[in-house]
Amino acid sequence: MALANDIPLSSLAPNTACRYRPARAQAQAGIILSVPATLLLVALVIGPAILVSFLSFTNASLGLAGIQFIGVANYTRMLTDPGFAQSLRNTALYVAVVVPTAIGWGLLVAVLIARSRFAVLYRTAYFLPVAASLVALATAWEAILHPSLGFANTLLQLLGASPVRFLSDPATAIYALAAIGVWQLVGFNMILFLAGLSTIPEELYEAATIDGADRGLKRFLLVTWPMLAPVTVFVTVMTIIRAFSVFETVAVLTQGGPMKSTSVVLYTFYEEGFRFFRVGYASAISVSFFVFVTLLSLVQMRVSERRARWKANGGQ
Amino acid sequence: MIRGQSSSSRIVSHAVLVTGAIIIVFPFLWMILASLTPQSEIFDGSLLPTPTLHGAIDNYGTALSAIPLLRFMANGFVVCLAILVLQIAIAIPCGYALAKLSFPGRPILLVGVLLGLLMPVQIPTIPIYIALAKSGLLDSYAALVLPWIISVFAIFLFRQFFVTFPDEVLDAARLDGFSELSIAWRIMLPAAWPAVVSFSIFSIVAHWNDLYWPMVVITNPDMMTASLGIAYFRQAGEGAGNVGALMAGGVLVTAPLVAFFLLMQKHFIRGLVLGRH
Repeated sequence: MALANDIPLSSLAPNTACRYRPARAQAQAGIILSVPATLLLVALVIGPAILVSFLSFTNASLGLAGIQFIGVANYTRMLTDPGFAQSLRNTALYVAVVVPTAIGWGLLVAVLIARSRFAVLYRTAYFLPVAASLVALATAWEAILHPSLGFANTLLQLLGASPVRFLSDPATAIYALAAIGVWQLVGFNMILFLAGLSTIPEELYEAATIDGADRGLKRFLLVTWPMLAPVTVFVTVMTIIRAFSVFETVAVLTQGGPMKSTSVVLYTFYEEGFRFFRVGYASAISVSFFVFVTLLSLVQMRVSERRARWKANGGQ
Repeated sequence: MIRGQSSSSRIVSHAVLVTGAIIIVFPFLWMILASLTPQSEIFDGSLLPTPTLHGAIDNYGTALSAIPLLRFMANGFVVCLAILVLQIAIAIPCGYALAKLSFPGRPILLVGVLLGLLMPVQIPTIPIYIALAKSGLLDSYAALVLPWIISVFAIFLFRQFFVTFPDEVLDAARLDGFSELSIAWRIMLPAAWPAVVSFSIFSIVAHWNDLYWPMVVITNPDMMTASLGIAYFRQAGEGAGNVGALMAGGVLVTAPLVAFFLLMQKHFIRGLVLGRH
């Protein structure tokens, strides 16, 4: 902020023919106040993103020495590499489990909590994973899911079921990670839904009661769900992006294994970019990742917007 | 709010909430129990670890001595604080300008902010890493802090918050001779306090717990943050395979944030609710 502090705003209004020109003064103040953020946005977000798109068409490695333009070779390699196809499948599976579960569970908890006398207590409990160190808690989950002696398997054996090797079985590892992902996201979604619920005017519920939708599912479908639509859009986009960005649990617990069953897009990107220093290829992965996430968010927003409008019209 | 709930539906609703809450809280309980249990007794076939005083001393002793956990936490504290202060200093004026001032380039800036919101944080990290490596800044606080001082989320949150602020108050302040900059700091910042607190919690939680970026730029154990320290502890030296000590480390790293969250919970949620109008 040093920049804006050093320049008195009045000195930037050279045209003093008109004594008081709020529009012009405001325009100049607006530029000054947003300059630091704009420069940093360009230097640390937009600029590097453009640079990454450029690098994705080169064979760059860490030193950038002897960098050559190689067209779409990185992208064709990505599309033909069975390892990358595998990490795409794993990510899709993870997202398919985490997104609906974390949203549905978060919404359910929010709706139930909003009418509970123990709201504060429940809210605190459900929100704990959001505040906690995922690395530390992932380690606790790992011990709980220990293939032979962990709590989960001890419990399964007490119930007469055969043990599951959770994180060390290629068939179950990605689901175990997805369960941890859901566990971590429910509270965050719950808080956002609670915020949305608190903005629904009480009169709507009263009106719904007169219409015969006095409680339960009917009232939820008639009032709560359509009124929550904007929040739901927001929560959905956030959850999709967070699920696609799964990294910590993979990096700490499985490093992509066993047998590549948990190698997800972001972990592959990390390995290629910062371990093998294949900068060009890693850039291609991150560009595709960005495009994919953006497209998905846009589609999701369109769909939810249209549905919200349709619901609102149909509900009136 | 009693809306004619039957007692049976109330029981079902409590059952659902309690079951979920137990699943959510369980790993925390297990972590605390295991951190107090001798290493050899954690996986002895019993359902839950049974704490002993000797186990507690052993585990916390190992966590604090064999690995410089306090150093990791101090690093994490410095990094989080530096990031947060800079993020707010940069985002408040920008959020105010985007909400209340019309200036050329505002629509483009807003698009840039929204684009930044959509962009996964990992996208710009390759060029930033190369720049840091070329300037010899890897393994430093600067490397941990610099890439995060611009938060599009903060700008967006503050902008949303400021949009609903009454224009009459701003006009009155202008007539009183306030510059736009002093309006941003002396009127908008105090008014946005709930949003600032709410954002602070997001930011501190995100950066205290971040593993990705420290993993990329830090290799020197002296510069590790808490999360990276725990991940390192898990694989290296005394920590490897020592679940009890690892859980003690986990408790020490998690406790400050959970305590912070419990203290700030009310502010945080109020800020979030107001911010989304």
